[in-house]
Amino acid sequence: MVESAPGIHPTPTTRTGVPRWRTAAVVIAVVAACALPLAADDYRVFQVTLVVIDAVALLGLNLLTGYGGQISLGHGAFFGIGAYTTAILVHRFGFPYWATLPCAGAVCMVAGFLFGLPALRFDGLYLALATFALGVVLPQVFKFRGIESFTGGVEGISLDKPHAPLGLPLSPDQWLYLLSLGVAAAGFLVARNIVRGPTGRAIVAIRDSPIAAASVGIDTAMYKSVTFGISALYTGVAGGLSALAVQFVGPDSFSAFLSISLLVGIVVGGLASLSGAIYGAIFIQFVPNVAGDLSKAAPGAVYGLVLLLSIYALPFGVSGLVKRIASALPRRLKK
Amino acid sequence: MEEFLHQVVSGLANGGVYASVALALVMIYRATHLVNFAQGEMALCSTYLASALIEAGVPYWLAFSATVGISFAAGMLIERVIIRPAARAPVLSVVIVFIGLMVALNSLASWVFGTTIRTFPSPFPARPPFGNHYIGSHELGVVGVTLGMMLLLYTFFRHTSLGLAMRAVAQNQASSRLVGIRVGRMLALGWGLAAAVGAVAGMMVAPVVFLDPSMMGGVLLYAFAAALLGGIDSPGGAVVGGFVVGVLENVVGAYLIGTELKLTVALALIVGVLVLRPAGLFGSVAATRV
Amino acid sequence: MSLLAVRSLYAGYGQGDVLHGIDVDVAAGGVTAVLGSNGAGKTTLLRAVTGMVDHRGEVTLQGRRIDKTPTEDIARLGVAHVPEGRGTFVHLTTEENLRLGAYSRRDRPGVAADFDRVYQYFPRLAERRAQQAGTLSGGEQQMLAIGRGLMLRPKLVVMDEPSFGLAPLVVEEIYRILRDVSAAERMGILLVEQNAVIALQLADHACVLETGRVVMSGTAQEVRADESIRRAYLGL
Repeated sequence: MVESAPGIHPTPTTRTGVPRWRTAAVVIAVVAACALPLAADDYRVFQVTLVVIDAVALLGLNLLTGYGGQISLGHGAFFGIGAYTTAILVHRFGFPYWATLPCAGAVCMVAGFLFGLPALRFDGLYLALATFALGVVLPQVFKFRGIESFTGGVEGISLDKPHAPLGLPLSPDQWLYLLSLGVAAAGFLVARNIVRGPTGRAIVAIRDSPIAAASVGIDTAMYKSVTFGISALYTGVAGGLSALAVQFVGPDSFSAFLSISLLVGIVVGGLASLSGAIYGAIFIQFVPNVAGDLSKAAPGAVYGLVLLLSIYALPFGVSGLVKRIASALPRRLKK
Repeated sequence: MEEFLHQVVSGLANGGVYASVALALVMIYRATHLVNFAQGEMALCSTYLASALIEAGVPYWLAFSATVGISFAAGMLIERVIIRPAARAPVLSVVIVFIGLMVALNSLASWVFGTTIRTFPSPFPARPPFGNHYIGSHELGVVGVTLGMMLLLYTFFRHTSLGLAMRAVAQNQASSRLVGIRVGRMLALGWGLAAAVGAVAGMMVAPVVFLDPSMMGGVLLYAFAAALLGGIDSPGGAVVGGFVVGVLENVVGAYLIGTELKLTVALALIVGVLVLRPAGLFGSVAATRV
Repeated sequence: MSLLAVRSLYAGYGQGDVLHGIDVDVAAGGVTAVLGSNGAGKTTLLRAVTGMVDHRGEVTLQGRRIDKTPTEDIARLGVAHVPEGRGTFVHLTTEENLRLGAYSRRDRPGVAADFDRVYQYFPRLAERRAQQAGTLSGGEQQMLAIGRGLMLRPKLVVMDEPSFGLAPLVVEEIYRILRDVSAAERMGILLVEQNAVIALQLADHACVLETGRVVMSGTAQEVRADESIRRAYLGL
């Protein structure tokens, strides 16, 4: 199972093979998450919404990089494409906000698949290069005066936060939070099925031993491109949600720094780990805020250090650490 | 016509900078099969160092030489301390380390020197040579410095035993050990050279685009495109690629898609080369890792 | 005191040991052949001696322990390893390959003299000195590999299957040259060969490996005369 870190002893599991403590933790987390709007004010809810949105984006990136072993240094671009898709469809074409999310996902999926086709035929290094280029170049495209009438050029597009449907007694922040939570939950479930199913196994096989995978008939190039497409889809949907949450899209919001933040997110959270998306999202939402108070260079410095140290300390990220602690506890308690 | 010529000429000058950074990338790729994503930020730090020295009153060429020397040493240090321990890790982890290095160096520069734009002096006179209208002194100087540097490197690699040893290590580490070459030292030397070349590139481009933390971002991208175009393992290709990319950037930007979108030329080249001819113009075929 | 003394050598590639306690000796100026079929561990033995593979045990060169020494330093002590597959620097010229053989030496006149000597032993290399080494034929690349080893002016040459993949006439030529070199240079040679017949013609001592263990050792004549060896390896 890709989700186990080495050196962990078998833990009591339910029939589906998931450790009991994990099921309990997930149930508690879900209940707490749903109840959040009751306990917190709108601003806090907004902050947590951003974390949830980032988690969806990180899920996408992790599918590609953690499980698939292919680095993308430009996922900020897909986040941006998703965000702009939503903004343009709502602002320019009057689409209902909820319909734009699948559109954002679809556009990014196609873009990701097409982009992945050439670059994924070779060493992952070339994909990293190509996605790096994408991440740096796209803000320029967003700024381009030629398509200003769609994208709003340098000034971007402002949006309104959607109201809760059916007259539910929720504020726009609370509604968007629950919507994001729902999307995230659906995303997790789908991702989990992908990872545990034959597609997931194929992707991991390609990551660990591409020649062997090819020799058993796996069409590595196709799988890699499809993985890229799905990964871009997730990030694009997250981008769309973030456009609604932040109520604004502009070219500078989706720079190379965003792409790097996403990479840091999956490294901190744990590569090849779905739960890692949450830990990573918390990290990349709050660290820049806190560090930014110290100095403008501090967030970058923290990110740099985290990446540099990641292969030595905590190679499995926070989620690996959590698993290790959780599996060690029952033994401790028995003593 | 004059306008076109000027675009070409300034494209060649930029191209010299791209060629230098691309050459540094190729040197490291040949030795380690890795792309040094941090190459641009290394050059950035070097340029800031030079700027600090110059502002402290050190004469230009002394500051230049000192910067090149210190960058050389720093490059060797980075190889030893950061890159070598990660050498056995999977490719994914190593790329993460490179990105970490890139971000860390950029933040270091921002933290130490601040983010306000600085000017950087050019060692070449302000008036164009012989009063001509096509090429400025700095542009001519950049091309000259670039070509001079290439010549030095070529002589070093072809005609010295140390250069021969480095070429050997880039091709076949096991056999290199068998003839007594200390492979680790050669890798460190390679990084030192790459850092030195990058420093020169940074100091050549800073007078034109001004010095701030984002200075090398675009340059690095063009250098990637140049290296891929020339062939990621071909030093000659990197040089040719650099000049081609420089001219292409200017010409396409001026006459086809507008200067705002110039950087998309780099992206298009990168994707285009990967799709159409992954080995580039002069490289050997880009093979998958076994 | 022998030039090279190997005692209780264990070596492997990670999963398990390939060599299980090997003892081997090479005398200064002598030739020791290591025989055995595929998978017996012959190449591993040579790699262990020059530090290219994980190993434990005693390896002594002229009284000095080299089992913990890195490969490049073992080379600098005067051990030339002519590896399996030749290890040619294919993108460099013939002459550059030879020059690299002398990389660790400081005595320029000596190196120049050795160039002449290697070109005398292998005139075909002299003809192709500016040619890219990868374009040389198999036999020529083998000569180049041996020549590169000789450029070290080694005390000990460790040679892995010089006859591999070469036509019989070429093999004869190479072994003739090896005989001349061995007589003239006073080097020790540790020779791994699958072609037992020709190896035993050159060697004065021999040992036979089977699945990582020495099953017989002695003078070349003793080994040649042994019935079971004759049947298994000499086709007689």
